[in-house]
Amino acid sequence: MRKVFTLIVVSAIALSFSVAGAEGMLNGAGASFPYPVYSAWAYAYNKATGVKLNYQSIGSGGGIRQITSRTVDFGASDAPLPPEQLNKDNLLQFPAVMGGVVLVVNIPEVKAGVLKLDSEAVCKVYLGDIKYWDDKKIKELNPQMHLPHNEISVVHRSDGSGTTAIFTNYLSGACADWKTRVGAGTSVKWPVGIGGKGNEGVANYVKRAQYSIGYVEFAYAEQNKLAYTLLKNPAGRFIAPSFDTFEDAAATGDFNPKNHFNLWLVNAPGKNAWPIAGATFILLAKEKKDSNIRTVKFYDWAFKNGDNKAKELIYVPLPKSLKEKIRAYWKANGIH
Amino acid sequence: MPILQKKNPVDFSFSLITALASFTVVLLIGGILAVLVRESSLSIQKFGIIKFLVSTDWNPVTESFGAATTVYGTFVTTVIALVIAIPAALGIAIFITEISPNFLKGPIGIAIELLAAIPSIIYGMWGLFTLAPIMAKYVEPALQKSIGKLPVAGMLFQGTPMGIDLLTASVILSIMIIPFTASISRDAFNLTPAVVKESAYAIGATKWEVVKNVVIPYSKLGVFGGIALSLGRALGETMAVAFVLGNKHEIATSLLDAAATITVTLANEFTEADTDMYLSSLFYLALVLFVLSFIVLAIAKFFLLKAERKYSR
Repeated sequence: MRKVFTLIVVSAIALSFSVAGAEGMLNGAGASFPYPVYSAWAYAYNKATGVKLNYQSIGSGGGIRQITSRTVDFGASDAPLPPEQLNKDNLLQFPAVMGGVVLVVNIPEVKAGVLKLDSEAVCKVYLGDIKYWDDKKIKELNPQMHLPHNEISVVHRSDGSGTTAIFTNYLSGACADWKTRVGAGTSVKWPVGIGGKGNEGVANYVKRAQYSIGYVEFAYAEQNKLAYTLLKNPAGRFIAPSFDTFEDAAATGDFNPKNHFNLWLVNAPGKNAWPIAGATFILLAKEKKDSNIRTVKFYDWAFKNGDNKAKELIYVPLPKSLKEKIRAYWKANGIH
Repeated sequence: MPILQKKNPVDFSFSLITALASFTVVLLIGGILAVLVRESSLSIQKFGIIKFLVSTDWNPVTESFGAATTVYGTFVTTVIALVIAIPAALGIAIFITEISPNFLKGPIGIAIELLAAIPSIIYGMWGLFTLAPIMAKYVEPALQKSIGKLPVAGMLFQGTPMGIDLLTASVILSIMIIPFTASISRDAFNLTPAVVKESAYAIGATKWEVVKNVVIPYSKLGVFGGIALSLGRALGETMAVAFVLGNKHEIATSLLDAAATITVTLANEFTEADTDMYLSSLFYLALVLFVLSFIVLAIAKFFLLKAERKYSR
C-alpha cells in the first residue's frame, strides 16, 4: 500500500513539474534575421514574467517546416506565406518586427547619402545592362555629380536569405525586365556580380573593392560605415534610409489582416517611405489555442515594451497603426 | 579464427562489443544513404539521374536544378588543393624525418598537428578577411602578368582578380589538408628501418639519394594512404571554402572565377530553401556527393591494394 502511495505522489509531482515546464516555456524556430531581437526580448520577458522563450534560428525554410509539422509553438519566416498555403496547413501569420535593406557603394569620389538611384537604375546595374558608373542613366539622376568612368562591380549574397528575397521582390515589383529575366526568391540566378556569404560577406566585399555596389541589412551598413545611396520611391522622392522612412513604409504599406498580412513591404506608396523594407513574420498553428495565447502574450508584451530594445539593435519596430491591426487580428482569431 | 569465441565469457562479450561497434558504422552509412534517397526522391523523379548530372542550370526561382556546375567545382578545387598540398606535405615530412636536427623535430611536428586542430570556420573567416584581399591585390595580378601571358596556361588566369574564386578556395583547402598528408607521411617515413638507411649511407649515397631510393619507395603505401585521406577531406570540406568561393553556379574556365562546390551550395542554401523541390534537389546534391566520395575513395583504395601487392612481391 505504501508503495502505491509513493508511486502516486511521485507521479503527481512529476506531472505537475512537466505541466509547469510547459506553462513556463515557449518554443520557437525559424528565421535567423530577427534572432538577436527575439532573444533580447525573451531575456527581458523572462525577467518580467518568468516565462522562458527558446528560439532556434534555423532559417526561414526550417521554421516553416517545423510549424507545419507542429514540433514548435511558433515558427518564424522572413517571407510571408500566401493565404492559400496558410489555409492548407491551418496556420496563422502576423508580422513581428521589420528591417530595411539598403544599397551601399564604394566610390572614392562619392560620400554617404549623396548618390541618387532609382529602381530602374538599380535593376539595370544588377542585370548587367549598366556597366559603368558614368552611365547616362546614373548621370541623369545625379546631374551635379562628377562620376568616374569605372566598371561597376556588383556584389550580391551567395547564400539563400530573406534579405535577398526582399531585394529581389523590390526589383521584380519595380522593373518588368527583372521579373521576366530573373524573378524573386531567397536565392536567384544572378546575371552578373560576385557573391558574398551573409550580410557580413557583402559588407566586407563592398568595403574592400572600389567601385562596387551591394545590398545589406541596414544594421550592417551602419556598423561598417558604408556609403548608402538615396533611392527614389514610388511617390517620386529621393529618400535616405532611416528608422523614420522605414516606419513610413510600414505605415503606408497595405498590410491586410484578411490575407494574413501577406505583403512584401517594397515600393510602399508613402511620401517618405523607403522602398526596400520587409517585415519578418510569426507563424502559429491554428488549432493549438493554448500555446498561441502564450505566444501572442509574448509578442503583445514586446510590442508594448520592446521598441527601444529593437532600435538599439537596429531593427525597426512596427508602427502603432499596424500593431493595432495585429491585435485586432489576434482577437478575431480568439487568441488575445 | 571464429568471429565470436564462445569459450571465455569475457572474451565473448568483448568480441560482441567490438562487433556491435563496427556494425553500427555500417548501419549508420546505410541509414544516411536511405534518408538521402528518400528526401531526394521528388527531385530524382523530376530530373532523373543523367539529366541532373549534366545540367548546368541551378535556378531556384524556376525550380530547374542540375549538379554539373557543383560537381565540376568540387573536383577542380580538390585537384588544385592536392597539387599544392602534396609536394609541400612531402617536403615537410622529409625534413622532419631525415634532415631536421633533433631539437626541431618536436616543435615542427606539434605545429603541424595544431594546424589540423584549427576549426574550419576559422580558416573560412581568415580566408575572407585576410587571404582574399592578399590574393586579389598581389598574388593574382602577379600570376596574370607572368603565367597569364602564356598561350594555353594563360586561359586559367583570365578576368578581374577579386580574391573570391577557385584559386583562393583551393589554397585554403590545401592548407587544411597539408597536416593530414604530412603527419601520415612522416609516420610512414619513420617506419623505414634504420639499418636499410644506414647501409645506403655506408655505400656512399647522399641524403637526396637515400630519400629518393630508399625512404620513399619503402613508405609509398603510407604516403598514398595519407593522400587518400586528405582527398576525402578536401571533397567534403565546407566552411573553409564557403566564404571565398562565391557560390556561383557556372562552369568557370578561369581559376579567377567564382564557382560552387556541392558542400558550399548545401551550406549556403539549405537553411533558406523554401520550396519542396528546392530542398529535395539539395538532398539530391548531397546524395551525389555521397556516391562520388564513395567512388573516389574506392579508386584510391584500389590503387593502394595494387601498390601493396606489387610491393610485397
